[in-house]
Amino acid sequence: MIVLERVTYAYPAAGRPSLRDVSVTVDPGEFAVLAGASGSGKSTLLRAAAGLVPHFHGGTFAGRLACGGLDTREHGPGDIAAVAGTLFQDPETQVVMGTVRSELAFPLENRGWGAAAVARGVEEAALALGIAALLDRSTHELSGGELQRVALGAALAGRPRVLLLDEPTSQLDPVAGDELLGVLRRINEEWGTAVVLAEHRLERCLPAADRVIALDSGAIAFDGSAGSFAAWAPPELQPPVTRLCALAGLPERPATVKAARKALADRLEALPRETTPADGPRRGRDAVVGLRRAWYEIPSGPAILRGVDLALDPGEAVALMGRNGAGKSTLLRMLAGLLEPTRGKVVRAGRVALLLQNPGDYFLHDRIGDDVAGAGALADRHPRDVSGGERQRLALELVLSSGEPPVAVCLDEPTRGMDRAHGASLAARLQKLAATGTAVLVATHDAEFAAAWADRVILLGDGRPVADASTAEVLGGGWYFATQTARVTGGAALDPESGAALLRAREVVG
Amino acid sequence: MSGPATSPLHAARAGVGALWCVTLGVASLSFEHPLLVASLLAAVVAAAYAAHVGPHVTRAVLWALPFGAAIAVVNALVTREGLTVVFRGGTVPGLGRLDVTAEALAYGGVLGLRAVAMIAAAALLTAAVDADELLRALRRRSLRAGVTAALATRLMPVLARDGRRLADAQRTLTGTPPRLGVLRAVTTGALDRATDVAATLEVRGFGAGGRPQRRRRAVSRHDVAFTASMLAVAALAVAAGIGAWEGFEAYPRTVAALDARQLGLAVALAACALLPFADRRGIG
Repeated sequence: MIVLERVTYAYPAAGRPSLRDVSVTVDPGEFAVLAGASGSGKSTLLRAAAGLVPHFHGGTFAGRLACGGLDTREHGPGDIAAVAGTLFQDPETQVVMGTVRSELAFPLENRGWGAAAVARGVEEAALALGIAALLDRSTHELSGGELQRVALGAALAGRPRVLLLDEPTSQLDPVAGDELLGVLRRINEEWGTAVVLAEHRLERCLPAADRVIALDSGAIAFDGSAGSFAAWAPPELQPPVTRLCALAGLPERPATVKAARKALADRLEALPRETTPADGPRRGRDAVVGLRRAWYEIPSGPAILRGVDLALDPGEAVALMGRNGAGKSTLLRMLAGLLEPTRGKVVRAGRVALLLQNPGDYFLHDRIGDDVAGAGALADRHPRDVSGGERQRLALELVLSSGEPPVAVCLDEPTRGMDRAHGASLAARLQKLAATGTAVLVATHDAEFAAAWADRVILLGDGRPVADASTAEVLGGGWYFATQTARVTGGAALDPESGAALLRAREVVG
Repeated sequence: MSGPATSPLHAARAGVGALWCVTLGVASLSFEHPLLVASLLAAVVAAAYAAHVGPHVTRAVLWALPFGAAIAVVNALVTREGLTVVFRGGTVPGLGRLDVTAEALAYGGVLGLRAVAMIAAAALLTAAVDADELLRALRRRSLRAGVTAALATRLMPVLARDGRRLADAQRTLTGTPPRLGVLRAVTTGALDRATDVAATLEVRGFGAGGRPQRRRRAVSRHDVAFTASMLAVAALAVAAGIGAWEGFEAYPRTVAALDARQLGLAVALAACALLPFADRRGIG
């Protein structure tokens, strides 16, 4: 389905190639996951398979790439679109029409399909992705998660022979992410559509993968089954369950929760049972920021927050979780003063710093040094020319340093599109901030990330907290909002390190 | 292809709806009598409320009012006609005597009112006419024009969202976003965003040369009603021009007759424009 023969590619004016001597073949009906750190070449490989490299981006291309039998040296992205559906990272620029229905119809019309065939294709793609209710909505009104599903619908609508997906779950909550991967697996199994999916949260997609291709600095570093990938993977690419076994000193290297449960069956029996999340809000006595019966209602629209009570103590590290549309971003904006509650009130003991979802929005100048004092070696670089992780770090320093020292800092989905290494350094930074007495509140869909630094988790559902307790209580006993280690250990441990320590201790006792 | 229409204008095919809006806008440019221009402006706003897009068009009108006032002032300053001097500004190098006349001010008001009416008609078009259907029609005739229009129509909301996000981010830093800085950042980022949108158009097969097939669609009662309405408005505009029914003179002294002919014409224009909204059969 996709054949790359010794492909080397460098973007225009790039110092080094983004793909180096890549030879790989994806067979029809295969579900392949692309793994690798940020900048390893995953997105470039997908763009090359879609024909955008080099036709659209320019640059220097060597070797041969064929997608669906179409050689990209002879066929541009328009031709390849007939066999491949493509989805990129940023959903904002992934929709081109005014309504969802037109968006799904657009690729089919470009192929010259008749009205009846277009209507059927639209309905089927909408049903497959659960977006039938959005069909007559304007694309301008959709949230990031909805836009991503609509863009995926447009990629799927023509029943392509191959799907090229760049982090399709990055905007989605765990429930929607799992649902999406289920849909992809079904399409893959029932239609025989090959899927090539680039993703940082490997633990989400390895259960569905037939094969994993890992890239390192533009070159193929690994190509094999999900099971053998887990055995090969360096620590920064290991799924949590693999890391759990590696740290526990066990010979098994499971790639999925199911495989880990099987491998650890005997050792897991003796572990304590899961805990139950505590009910009701916690009230801090010395809260530095909080909400009192806060509502946020859209004029002529639904209520986003419904009478939320919340208090953050100094130095508390709190993760705010919940489904897309639960009200997480609204709550953060309210705490930081970007939004006023329509009822109730916000209490602040000082400045509340807020880092919004897109760190690039904090840079107004072409030179980082003009926005961020003390940017060091990065001062003369353009904000777009540094990695997402670096941009995130600089933007965080900017919001922390502008104005008086904050009593609380809020971050909105900071790990979106971020690899595990950058996630780990952000977690360390957040812990350091909390240690200085600054309250930290982070909205995230990433349970593994939350478990790494948070000591309290608030689960938001339909505009109000449905759980507010310690991280161990919430993420240890959750169904979707739970870490892989918690699923394996029945909530006895949240992260691979503590899980491994528990297993080793049981081993010694046993 | 689409869901249930929310108004007769939405139910009419996009080409008919767009032509109807353009006819109202052009007709408002063809009249000079303020009553007739105001009548068409009122008809456009009333039509917007009948099409459930009233707030959108009202916002556009409010935005256009200072623009209309500016036209009135500029006309008063640059026009050398009219008998009733209301302000003597002396001699300005390069411009000569800067005397402002009541007639130039009044006619400037008419020009401003026309601009507001034109903007209102354009706002109604963007809010109530299916832009995707118009784009589809454009793509059938000219692929390049279709690409350009699709890119432009999608890029505008993308850049608007970028601007709002940038402003929000700056508000978290300084409390007040630096408008010029945000505008500059959005403008310099526009090329990147255009490239991203263009890449999406490519991978959706836009560049493959395929053109959307013509959709066979029976002519609806709403198509007929809006076509009749635009023909009637156009006929009244032409007849008023040929028959000199307006009774309006801008200079040397402003004369705006207000008898049965002008009143009748104003009522007829508004009625012709709004009658298609009376038939709500098939609207859900």
